[in-house]
Amino acid sequence: MRVRSIEAIGARTLGFVSELGRMAFFAGHVALTLVTRRPRPGRVVQEIYDVGVLSLLIVCGSGLAVGAVLGLQGYNTLVRFGAAESLGAVVGLSLVRELGPVLTGLLVTGRAGSAMAAEIGTMVATEQLDGLRMMAIDPVDLVVTPKAVAMVFAMPLLSCIFTVTAIFGGYLVGVVLLGVDGGNYLTSLESAVDFENDVAGSLLKALVFGVLVGLIATFRGYTSKPTAAGVSQATTSTVVVASVSILVFDYFITALWGM
Amino acid sequence: MTPSPIRDFVVGLFVLVGLGAVAYLSFQVGGLSYKGPVGFHLVATFGEIGGLKVRAPVVISGVRVGQVERITLDSNLRARVLLDIDPKLKLSVDSTAAIRTAGLLGDQFVALVPGAEEEYLKSGDQIAYTESALGLESLVSKLVTGLGSGGSGGGEEKK
Amino acid sequence: MTAPDPEAHVALEKVRVAFGPRTVFEELDCRFPRGRISVLMGGSGSGKSTILRLIGGLLRPARGHVWVAGDDVTRLSDRELNRVRRRLGMLFQGSALFDSLSVAENVALPLRERRELSSREIEAEVQRRLSDVGLEDAGSLMPGQLSGGMQRRVGLARAIVSSPEILLCDEPFSGLDPLNVRRIEALLVDLNRRYGHTLIVTSHHVPSTRRMAQQVVFVREGRAVSGTPAELERGADPAIVEFFRAEESEAVALPSAGGSRA
Repeated sequence: MRVRSIEAIGARTLGFVSELGRMAFFAGHVALTLVTRRPRPGRVVQEIYDVGVLSLLIVCGSGLAVGAVLGLQGYNTLVRFGAAESLGAVVGLSLVRELGPVLTGLLVTGRAGSAMAAEIGTMVATEQLDGLRMMAIDPVDLVVTPKAVAMVFAMPLLSCIFTVTAIFGGYLVGVVLLGVDGGNYLTSLESAVDFENDVAGSLLKALVFGVLVGLIATFRGYTSKPTAAGVSQATTSTVVVASVSILVFDYFITALWGM
Repeated sequence: MTPSPIRDFVVGLFVLVGLGAVAYLSFQVGGLSYKGPVGFHLVATFGEIGGLKVRAPVVISGVRVGQVERITLDSNLRARVLLDIDPKLKLSVDSTAAIRTAGLLGDQFVALVPGAEEEYLKSGDQIAYTESALGLESLVSKLVTGLGSGGSGGGEEKK
Repeated sequence: MTAPDPEAHVALEKVRVAFGPRTVFEELDCRFPRGRISVLMGGSGSGKSTILRLIGGLLRPARGHVWVAGDDVTRLSDRELNRVRRRLGMLFQGSALFDSLSVAENVALPLRERRELSSREIEAEVQRRLSDVGLEDAGSLMPGQLSGGMQRRVGLARAIVSSPEILLCDEPFSGLDPLNVRRIEALLVDLNRRYGHTLIVTSHHVPSTRRMAQQVVFVREGRAVSGTPAELERGADPAIVEFFRAEESEAVALPSAGGSRA
């Protein structure tokens, strides 16, 4: 019994490593089509529409809500020390450094990453990708790369939009509702947040998350089993794997960037 | 690909809004700025700057006129603070630079108190009169000594 | 190595295919003569579609050779494989049309990607192929607006748009009503007569096979038996004879369009 469970652990480890290898190979394939094939602006624009524009509503809505909560919590804590003027700094720093890119990454994973995996998975199941291959068209070039590129491009933009709406949400609660001075809020925000340490790191995080979600979603869809169950499995595992990787990578970027 | 002008326009709009957010965070919030060729810089030396940080505001009568550009240690081991200030200002040579605190525990900033001389400071000049940061403890000790000497109190400065 | 039989346009030689523990073919041999209509028959799961995938290079066998127009596709690099694939057209079971593209764009896709023709030439070619399949007015529709039979005809137009030498059709009759079966069947025969391409069709639809097949390749238990429909129907193998009879007596001529690949 014990031997068998150890065997299972070994098999899982091997499976994980070879999955990583396949994914690296896949990423190489995507990168290669990016360099060697002619670009497809029409398709990329369509995908940015799907990933970016269609995610805008939930990103803005969540941003507003998160900012409002931060404003409320921050105010309640700060006011005990008579430091309510620093509300802008608290809201801004936590948003720019962590919450903006991380929450946007998670939201986009759920909204667009899963849809991406499901769409490619369905194309596998209905033999559309085989159809392309038979027409001597590389499905990675035509279908996968535009999606991955759109994700990498849209994520930093969405993350910044999220952060700005959240700062506004904090302003609404802190200044309009709770009576912190509006000038103080913005001044403390602007003097606390720094470009090199905070904003650049935030953009880097969003970019890395975009690469992660784009690759994981397309890879899961591309390698899904050609059945309905296979497609749903690909969708679920995209959300799980991408979310966990975002959180893990967030730690490492924070540690390495010195944020 | 079906050409769709509306979709293209919406995506373009999205990109513009996104870039606007990036720009707002970088320039306004993050303080990344294009430094013109003629910046107006003043130097002030302090014995103690407390918690003063780069990009802290510089104010005159409470109005923000610039920010702290750089903080270094000079040859006498005093803090040398480089201030980046609105070049339109005319500050007389006997102006004072003081490090103040917003509220009891708030962030520190540099307050400039204009003097009375007819001669004005030029970019790169040193501000002669400075007041160091007052830590909470020195504030308290000043208060105590002030009370002890029978004065009317008030921890405020004397140059 | 050269192709074993110059008459055969497509030939499989000692092919072994296994999915995990399940061996589909141990040592399969079959040939498809040039310009003829061959029908691949066999029960579900017998590996009919697998043979088409082998021919298209979508699947590489564990062993053996697959000769397509003189090239062994099992030995080709991706680039060389694409050269061979340009001489093949394939109609998939579910038609495999792109939902996001209109009918005309679906048909134009292979030509556009090859970038040899101007936009106007492509348009003319697409229109010609759509009228070949009787859908000259459907170009601006989306695949979702079409019936299953029409989708299949669009898939057929796309498969022949680049004038292939060899046309592969995976279950072209599945899930269609008898009228549409007749229509697709007539279309396939007509196209074969007009353009002379080698046609390989997988089907378990006995009546249409009887009418159109010039050769039947019956796949059963990893082996292939070839002959004319009449030869096989009256042949020595009782399982094959029974297959032909069963369809007839039950009169449920239309197999389900279930997702599992035969």
